[in-house]
Amino acid sequence: MMKQYAEQIHRCFRCGYCKFPTDYSDFNCPSYARFRFDTYSTSGRLWLIYAWLQGEIEWSEHLAEILYSCTTCKNCVEQCPMKFANDIVDWIVAARSDTMEKEKGRIPPAVSSFLEDVYRLGNPLKERGRRDAWANGIKRYETGDEYLFYVGCLGSYDESGQRMARSVATLLSKAGISFGILGNEENCCGNEVYLLGENELFRVLAEKNVRKFKELGVKKVVTLSPHAYNTMRNNYPLVSNTYFEVYHYIQLLRGLLQANKIKPPRHNAKVTYHDPCFLGRYNQIYDEPREILQSIPGIELVEMERSRENSFCCGGGSGNFVTDLLAGSEESPSRIRVREAYETGAAILAVACPSCMIMLQDAIKVEDLEDKLTIKDISQVVSESL
Amino acid sequence: MLQLNFDPAKCTACKTQDCLVKCQYLHLDKDKAKTEMQKIINGEDSFVLHDCVTCYACEEYCKMGNHPFYLIVERQEEKNILPAPKPIIRMWINQCQPVGKFRIGKVEERALSCCFIPQFAFLATGRLFEGIASSYIYGQEFFCNAVYLHYAKMSVIKDRLPKVIENIAKLGIKELICLHDECYGTFNSLAPAYGIEVPFKTIHYFEYLYDKLKELKGEIKPLNVKVAYLRNCSTRLSPQTEHFVDDIFKLVGADRVEREYDRENALCCAEVIRMGQGYKLADDVQKRNIEDMLKAEAEYCVFNCPMCQLNIDEKVAKSGIKPIHMIDLCKMAIGEKPALET
Amino acid sequence: MTNIYERLVGIVGEGYVSNQKEERYFYSRDPGLTTPHEPDYVVMPKTTEEVQEIVKLANKEKIPIVPKGGGLALTGLVVPQRGGIVIDTKRMGKILEVNEKARYVIVEAGTTHGVLKSYLEKRYPHLRHSIPDSPPIATIVGNAVIHGQGRLAQQYGFNSDLVSGLEVVLPTGEICRIGSCSVSPYWFSKGAPLPDLTGLFLGWFGTTGIITKLALRLYPCKKMRDVMLFLIDRGELVPDIVLKLSDTEMVEDIVVNFQPLPLMLRENYNMLIYITADSDEELEFKRKMLWDTLWEYFDNRDGGFMSLPPIMKPPYLAMPSKDTTRFADVKKGGGFEYSGPIIPIEKYPVFVTKTVELASKYNLSYSTVGRVIAGGHCMMFAFAFTFNRADPDEMDRVRKALHEAAEFSIEQGGIMWKPNVDEQKMIVERMDPNTLKIMKKIKQLLDPNGIMNPGNWDISA
Repeated sequence: MMKQYAEQIHRCFRCGYCKFPTDYSDFNCPSYARFRFDTYSTSGRLWLIYAWLQGEIEWSEHLAEILYSCTTCKNCVEQCPMKFANDIVDWIVAARSDTMEKEKGRIPPAVSSFLEDVYRLGNPLKERGRRDAWANGIKRYETGDEYLFYVGCLGSYDESGQRMARSVATLLSKAGISFGILGNEENCCGNEVYLLGENELFRVLAEKNVRKFKELGVKKVVTLSPHAYNTMRNNYPLVSNTYFEVYHYIQLLRGLLQANKIKPPRHNAKVTYHDPCFLGRYNQIYDEPREILQSIPGIELVEMERSRENSFCCGGGSGNFVTDLLAGSEESPSRIRVREAYETGAAILAVACPSCMIMLQDAIKVEDLEDKLTIKDISQVVSESL
Repeated sequence: MLQLNFDPAKCTACKTQDCLVKCQYLHLDKDKAKTEMQKIINGEDSFVLHDCVTCYACEEYCKMGNHPFYLIVERQEEKNILPAPKPIIRMWINQCQPVGKFRIGKVEERALSCCFIPQFAFLATGRLFEGIASSYIYGQEFFCNAVYLHYAKMSVIKDRLPKVIENIAKLGIKELICLHDECYGTFNSLAPAYGIEVPFKTIHYFEYLYDKLKELKGEIKPLNVKVAYLRNCSTRLSPQTEHFVDDIFKLVGADRVEREYDRENALCCAEVIRMGQGYKLADDVQKRNIEDMLKAEAEYCVFNCPMCQLNIDEKVAKSGIKPIHMIDLCKMAIGEKPALET
Repeated sequence: MTNIYERLVGIVGEGYVSNQKEERYFYSRDPGLTTPHEPDYVVMPKTTEEVQEIVKLANKEKIPIVPKGGGLALTGLVVPQRGGIVIDTKRMGKILEVNEKARYVIVEAGTTHGVLKSYLEKRYPHLRHSIPDSPPIATIVGNAVIHGQGRLAQQYGFNSDLVSGLEVVLPTGEICRIGSCSVSPYWFSKGAPLPDLTGLFLGWFGTTGIITKLALRLYPCKKMRDVMLFLIDRGELVPDIVLKLSDTEMVEDIVVNFQPLPLMLRENYNMLIYITADSDEELEFKRKMLWDTLWEYFDNRDGGFMSLPPIMKPPYLAMPSKDTTRFADVKKGGGFEYSGPIIPIEKYPVFVTKTVELASKYNLSYSTVGRVIAGGHCMMFAFAFTFNRADPDEMDRVRKALHEAAEFSIEQGGIMWKPNVDEQKMIVERMDPNTLKIMKKIKQLLDPNGIMNPGNWDISA
């Protein structure tokens, strides 16, 4: 890909389809929606990268900001009409790797810091404590358990993420699923590291995780976060033989509900669901979360205008849930998204990703919607109804 | 120079002139049919050459195996009689010319021919094609070229078909499963009619499906549906395969409705007729065909050819009958989802 | 310079002004072949008042201004020839009003065709506008200013003909209303019964003022839409066929393609005929009428309708057409540009011949499009050549081909639509001197300091 991107990136025609969803109803590129200069859209980014490769422009702080403000949500991949559409985000990631190498780390300080923290502390959240401090009573994985429940950094350290993790663990236990967590031995999955272009660090993380899973005889992994699901499913095989199947908890939960192993009672509520990029556009998982919600009696599911493959990214991808490069405006993607959720008339905004959770939760506060719109993870919608 | 194996003496000896008498479009009595056929044999002009809708049926009707339709096509080309407008013919010649963009899978001695029809990539999937799906060929380089029979371009077939056969043979293919009925007709009727050797065995996909379904018999859940079968033009080149339609229907629990325009009296999809003869005749043929299916209370219209299906599936569906390809019908019988949706 | 930057920040806010290299680089170019020229600033106002302030500042400081919407004309009309301030209008993207009974919509400077299409489909599905085939980011104002053509051009004319009112910021800073809206609260007319002053702004490429609001006519949107493909292999028959089709008064759009790829289209003139209807009966009636209208060609075997299976129709029916954009990647190089003269329809055959000749001479991949305008009164013909942006030699050959195409066009009596600077010069050289004088007077009156998109319609000499 590294060689390919440099030879192909000039193919962008800057037609601008990448800015939109399928029905052209609004701008659907999070960084473009935030900053509005054409340079912050995918076509701007690709033309600038090409210009940098050709020596027409020099590397700068501003160029770095443009390159790293992409949340790699794949709206552009979805919408680009050209044959190379599937490669676009890979080109951006390759360009990041390239700039890291050639520009000797002159990347946005927040991104540097993110990577540094993952390297030194094993998480980007500057947390030094135990990963399993939240996990009282949750069993550690033992060889022979059916699933390793991979919790991830947000699930381990962020308060909302921890609530999500406990909620999923509770449901799995209630359904009689055999599982365990790695606890303090868990490492960062590396999804954001990969997307930020730090190939070496990603390789180290991936190989370490795969080795650990292999040692323990893990055959199936179920993740809390779609980010971890995505990277273990799609990126780990690029650097290592993987000996396990990987699932997102949504996939298990749907099966459990279909098999009546979990029977949620009536819960009257109007709910709207935000498709996370790493389940949706990255892995085409759109129906399962909806089936889960609709299987709860009393739930009225209403869709936002932009849903499924047109879902508007919360702005958290590519490490932005920490680096926050798109913050600071009422046009920040997370704020746009919660306003959109509110317009549906739903009382609950359901998510399936801890990164979406923290981005949208903060946005609800800033938008002063706290008493009008509650954000919950799908597992919480289910477990709270039990 | 490839010559048609045509024997005028057979036509002279023919008692029935079925080729033209049974023609659903020309309505000739025996005497008129004999006269016109003789004109064609002699190389003279005949209204038959101008009014033929190129449905291929006379190839089946001729009990002498004397290839009356191929003769008609030869004469049309000799006399520059155009069964369709020049630009339509040009479009077909250009569209299907080999340009090096073919695709081949992990081809083994036994392989699937997807002809030049992309829909086969979706149809040739699932348990029915386990073990063979990856051994396929696709592209203009493997295209049977039979379509030029509709356009008085036997010369294009003579030019391209030998190369197509060579392309297939040099991949080491010994047994070719023809997913497109036209390919089977080409290799088993058209090629021999011109003395073109086909150095590999050909299996009609009907036969393949039938054998496969017998293997999976235990998994078949009878569909219990009433079906009409839409017979496409090229089945007239290989009528010996038609019994497989009934055999398959029996296996999958499909009840073939009795209707007027079926079997030897079948009407084709008529889209080639539209391009050659105009909308009135095409609309009439399609209307009669669909109304016939409705009258017989068919729930499904089973297609042999994906091109027919693509062209008229919406019309069929609008009438309330579900269009389905034969392969998809078989998929349904073993609990799989159809590959092609209208 | 710093002072100007700070003053721009004072008008629009810090986040919406840039003098950084990256913005200057990107806004110095468009996807075509025009030589880049960097602006000094890129600014993104949100309101008419902000635009006004920017213009006043520019006028005072004698800084060039270039308004930019989608930037998809491909002929460099938004490339700041003399630097200055590029005003990216796309933050002014609202749909202000739809008047159903008077059949118009009022939009802002940067409202895109895509957003309007989506809005009408959801809220006013019985109404539509004339959407061009440029990508959906193309702005309604930008497209009208260059006399763009959309799917309703065959019936109703250029998109500039479909304007029914303007709000304009003049180069000297005044905001004024043009059309019925200058007297009435309704924007039903761009001129009549008043003098039509839109002619001072439409077609001027932003050299006489900045349009901040525009009212666009809306038309009935029928429930169904279909496409028929008629093939003919003799170019000389195309004009008569086009007129016959147009005369039926039953056709929405007529587009004629002649191009070597895809193979299906090669060597034929492929006429895409669009029809709309509210019922199957109406659609079927129109189909039959069109068949009957062209029967003589079918009977002579000169032309015929190619059956398009339903599965093949969506790309033809898409609005905008993505296939138009995909032409840029034929050479895997992200580029195409076209010279699109407006011509009398009878000239169509010679223009196709010329395109093929130029493609052969300069070894280029080509496509031609002829779109009928206003019931056959004229046609937009595109000499389109695709290029690889990484191949300077190829880009140069395309420039040469387009230059020759433009020279040919004007010799034949055509006039280049959205002409690049080079083509504008050719037009000006040919223009009636008294017409030119009027244009000069208008320019002088409206833009005495010459700040508006200078380098375009350069008639000061």
